[in-house]
Amino acid sequence: MNASTAIVAALLTPLAGALLVALTGRRPNVRETMTALASLATLAWVLWLVPAVALEGNRPELVLARDMLPGVDLAFQVEPLGLLYALVATVLWPVTSAYAVGYMRGHHETHQTRFFVCFALAIFAALGIAFAANLGTLFLFYEVLTLSTYPLVTHQQTDEAKRAGRVYLGILLTTSVCLLLLAIAWTATTAGTLDFRPGGILRGHIPAASVPLLLGLYAYGCGKAALMPLHRWLPNAMVAPTPVSALLHAVAVVKAGVFAILKVVVYVFGLDLLRETGGSQWLMWVAAFTILMGSFIAFTKDNLKARLAYSTIAQLAYIVLGAALATPDGILGGGLHIATHAVGKITLFFCAGAILVASHKKNISEMDGLGRAMPLTMGAFFVGSLSIIGVPPMGGSWSKWMLALGAADGHAIFIGVLMLSSLLNIGYLIPIPIRAFFFDPKPEHAHGHGSAAHAHGEAPLLCVVPLCITAAGCLALFFFADQIVDLLRPLVEG
Amino acid sequence: MKEQLPVLVVVVPLLTAPLLVLLRAPAAVRILSLLAAAASTAAAVTLALTVEAPISYHLGGWPPPIGIEYRVTQATAFVLALVTTIATFSLLLGARGTRSEVTNGRTHLFYAAFLLCLAGLLGMVVTGDAFNVFVFLEISSLSTYALVAMGRRRRAFTAALNYLILGTIGGTFVLIGIGLLFQMTGTLNALDIARHMTQAEVGGTRTVQVAFAFLVVGFGIKLAVFPLHQWLPNAYAESPSAVSSFLAGTATKVIYFQTMRALLVLFGASYVFGTLRFGLFLGVLSLLGMFAGSLAAIYQTSLKRLLAYSSIGQVGYLTLALSFGSEAGTYAGLLHMGAHAITKTALFVVAAAIVSGVGTDRIDALAGLGKRLPLCAFAFVLGGLGLIGVPGTAGFVSKWALLEAALADGHLGYAAALLLSSLLAVVYVWRVVEVMYFRQPPPDAPAARGLRGYDWGALGPALVLMVASILLGVWSSPITGYVRTAATQLFRGGL
Repeated sequence: MNASTAIVAALLTPLAGALLVALTGRRPNVRETMTALASLATLAWVLWLVPAVALEGNRPELVLARDMLPGVDLAFQVEPLGLLYALVATVLWPVTSAYAVGYMRGHHETHQTRFFVCFALAIFAALGIAFAANLGTLFLFYEVLTLSTYPLVTHQQTDEAKRAGRVYLGILLTTSVCLLLLAIAWTATTAGTLDFRPGGILRGHIPAASVPLLLGLYAYGCGKAALMPLHRWLPNAMVAPTPVSALLHAVAVVKAGVFAILKVVVYVFGLDLLRETGGSQWLMWVAAFTILMGSFIAFTKDNLKARLAYSTIAQLAYIVLGAALATPDGILGGGLHIATHAVGKITLFFCAGAILVASHKKNISEMDGLGRAMPLTMGAFFVGSLSIIGVPPMGGSWSKWMLALGAADGHAIFIGVLMLSSLLNIGYLIPIPIRAFFFDPKPEHAHGHGSAAHAHGEAPLLCVVPLCITAAGCLALFFFADQIVDLLRPLVEG
Repeated sequence: MKEQLPVLVVVVPLLTAPLLVLLRAPAAVRILSLLAAAASTAAAVTLALTVEAPISYHLGGWPPPIGIEYRVTQATAFVLALVTTIATFSLLLGARGTRSEVTNGRTHLFYAAFLLCLAGLLGMVVTGDAFNVFVFLEISSLSTYALVAMGRRRRAFTAALNYLILGTIGGTFVLIGIGLLFQMTGTLNALDIARHMTQAEVGGTRTVQVAFAFLVVGFGIKLAVFPLHQWLPNAYAESPSAVSSFLAGTATKVIYFQTMRALLVLFGASYVFGTLRFGLFLGVLSLLGMFAGSLAAIYQTSLKRLLAYSSIGQVGYLTLALSFGSEAGTYAGLLHMGAHAITKTALFVVAAAIVSGVGTDRIDALAGLGKRLPLCAFAFVLGGLGLIGVPGTAGFVSKWALLEAALADGHLGYAAALLLSSLLAVVYVWRVVEVMYFRQPPPDAPAARGLRGYDWGALGPALVLMVASILLGVWSSPITGYVRTAATQLFRGGL
C-alpha cells in the first residue's frame, strides 16, 4: 500500500462511516459501533502516514480531480502542519465518540442518528482541510465543514438554536464568501497559482502595500479563527450538545480557522515576505487585543460553556499571534498550541458536559461543592485548566513558552501580553475547581431541588473515562512536545 | 444522416408538434413528445461531441448569403445540448404534475405547444440568419404564452397576457433592429452582416446605432434584464410545473446567447465596448438587477415566485459577465448560463415535487417539510447551495470564473458586488430552509409516508440534476475546457 491510498482511505473512512451510521440508524448499538469503527480506522490511516512525513520527510500527494477550477486541482498533500492538525482531530474523534454516546444517551437527546452522521461528515471535512494541497481544495472543505456543522449547532431545533444557527452561518459564510474567496481569487490572479509551496507563492508578485490588506482578507476570511470582532458565532454555537462544543468548537472547526491562517502565512505569503514588509504587524495587535479581551469577557460569564467559549477565542488568538509574528519560534509555538490547546480545552468541555449530564447544572455559581460528588470530573477540570494556563507539567506550558520566544525577537511587548493573559486564565479558571472542592454547597440550591440534588455521583462511565484520558493527554504532551516541534520544524527551515 | 443533424435537432420537435394535435390520446401524446425531445437531445449531444470546425448547413441547398444557413459551432452545440437536455427532464417530470394541472382534454395541445416552444428555442440557437432568429423567436414566444396560460390558477391568464404584451414589444423591437441592419447591409446572414459592419460607411452610421438600441432593448425584455423584468415572476410562478422548470432553464438562457451573439458577432466587441462604451451601462444595470432581484426574492411568500426573482438576480450575473467585454467574461457568462440552467431547473423540479406532495408552494405551508418529505427538503437544500455557489457545486465553478474575469480587468467593485449578492442568495435560501426544518408541521398535515409518498416523476429528475451539479462542481474540467474554446471562438466574432 502506498501513501496516496492512505490519504484516500483517511478521507473516505469518515464518509463511509457517515453513510453506515445513516443506514443503521434504527439500531443504536450497531450505529454506535459504526462510529467507533470509523473513528478508529481513520485514526489508523492517519497514523500510518506519520512515519513517512515525520521521519522520511516525504510529502505524499494525491490528485483527485484535475482542474476542479481552471488551473486548480482537487488535490491533497500531507505536510507536517496538516498532519498535526489531522492527528489532533482523529486522535480526539474516537475519544469524543465514546463521550458522545454517554452524553447523548445520558442527556436523552433526540435525532442521534443525524448527530452522528453530521459529526462524521465534519471530521471528513476537517481531514480535507488538513491535507489540502492548494487554497481551492482548502476552501471547498472549509465550506463543507461550515455546512456539516450547522445541523449540529441547531441540533435542538428550538428558536434559540435557530438564532444561533443564523449567527453561525451568517458570520462563517459571510466571511468566507466575501473575504476568503476574494483573497483566494486575488492570490490566483497575482501569483498565478494556488498551490501551497514552502517559502510562499506571493513573493515578488505583490506590492508591499497590499500585503497587510491581503493578509487581513485571509485573517478575517477564516472566520472560524474567531478573531475579534468576528468572534460572535463561537459563543452562539455553544447551544449545541456538549460533544459538539468539545470536538468541533474547541478542536476541529476553530482549529481549521487558525490552521488555515498558519498555512497561508507559511505557504502562501512565506515568512520572509511578511518580515520584510512588516505586513503582519497590525495582526499582532489585533491578536493581542483578542487575547486580552477574550479573557476579560470570560470573567463575566457565569455559564460554564460560555466562559470556556471566550477562553477559546483568546487561546485561538495565541496561534494567530504566533502566525503574525512570522518568526520560526512563533510558527512552531502556534502549531504546537493547536495540539496542546485542543487537548486541554476538550477536557474542560468534557467536564462541563459531564456536570450537565450528572447534575443538570450549567452555571458556575451553582457548582459549589460539586467536587465531592464528582471528584474525577473536577480533578480533570483542574488538570485541563493548568494546561490552558500553561503551568508545567502540562503540555500548554511549552506552546506558551515557544510563543514567548517567538515574540522575544523584536516584539517583546507581546511577552507581556502572554504573561498577563496567563494571569487572567488563572483568574477565571481556577476558582471553578476551588469552589467545587472547598466550598460548601449553597443551601438555597439544596432546598430548591430537594435532596435529589445530591443524589447524583459521577456522570456515566462513557463520559468520565474520556475526560480522564484527555486529562492524561495534557500531562503526556508535556513530555512529547519535543516530537511535535521536530515534526513541525521543516515548516520554518529551508 | 450525420450531416443532417443540425436541421434534425429543430425539425424533429417542430414536426412532432402537429402530429400530437392529430393524435390526441393523452398517453400516446406523452410518450411521443418525450421521444421527440429525447431524439432531439441525442442529435444535439452528438453534435456537441463531434463538432470541431464550424458546420455550415445550407437549408434547401441554397448557399448563404442568399439561402438560410444553419451553423453549428462549439458554442451553439453547447447551448443546443443544454436546452434539449433540460426539455427532456422537464417532460419527464411533467407526467404526474401535468396530469393534474392541465385538464379539460387539453393535454395534446399542451405538449404540442411545448414542443413548438422547444423547436423555436433550438432554431434560434442553430440558425445563422438574422431574420430566421426573429421567426424562431416568435414561434417560441407564442407557444410560451399559451403554455403559461395553461397554469392552474386564473392568475395564469393575466401572467400570460402581461408576458404577451411585453414579449410582443420585445419581438417587434428585435424585428425593427434586424430590419435596420438589413437596410444598411443588404443581407440577413449574420456573418455577412458582421463583415459589412467593419466597413466605416456602414459601421459608423447612426442607423447602426439605432439598430443596436432596438436589438438590445428587444432582447433585454425577453432576457428580463432589470428594469425590463416585470413579466418574468408571474410567468414563471403561474405556469404549470413542467413549463416553469423548462422556461427557467432555457428561455432566458437562449436569449442570453442571442444577446451575446448580437453584441460579439453582429456588432463586434470592439464596436460595442470600444466605440459605444456599452460595458459600463450594462454593468450598472446588471448590478441593479443582481441586488433588486435577490432582495425581492427574500420577501416572497411563494416558493416558485422566490425562485423566479432569484432568476432575475442571476440574469444580472450573466449580463455582468457580458459587460466586461472580455474573453474571460464571455467564458464566465457561457459557463454561468449552463450552471444556472441546471441549478434553477433542478430547483423548479423540486418545487414541482413539493407542490405535488403538499398541494401548494406557499412557503408558510412548507413548515416541517424536513419531517414530512425529508428527501424533497434535502434536495431543495442541495439546489439552494448550488444557487448560492457553494464550492463543490457547478454554481461555484461559474462564480469563480465570474470573479476571475472581474479581477482580471481590475473591476474590484464588481467582484465585491458579486460576492455580496451571493450572500443575499444565502438569505433567501435559508429562509426556506428554516421554515422546512425549524417550524413545526401544521397539526392536520399528513405524517411522513415513506418512500412511496414522493412524486418520483419529479423528485427523480431533480435528484439526478442535483448530483450532476455536484459532479460538475468537482470534475468540471471537461466542461470548462469545452466552454473555453467555445467562448474564445464566440468572442472573436466566430459564429
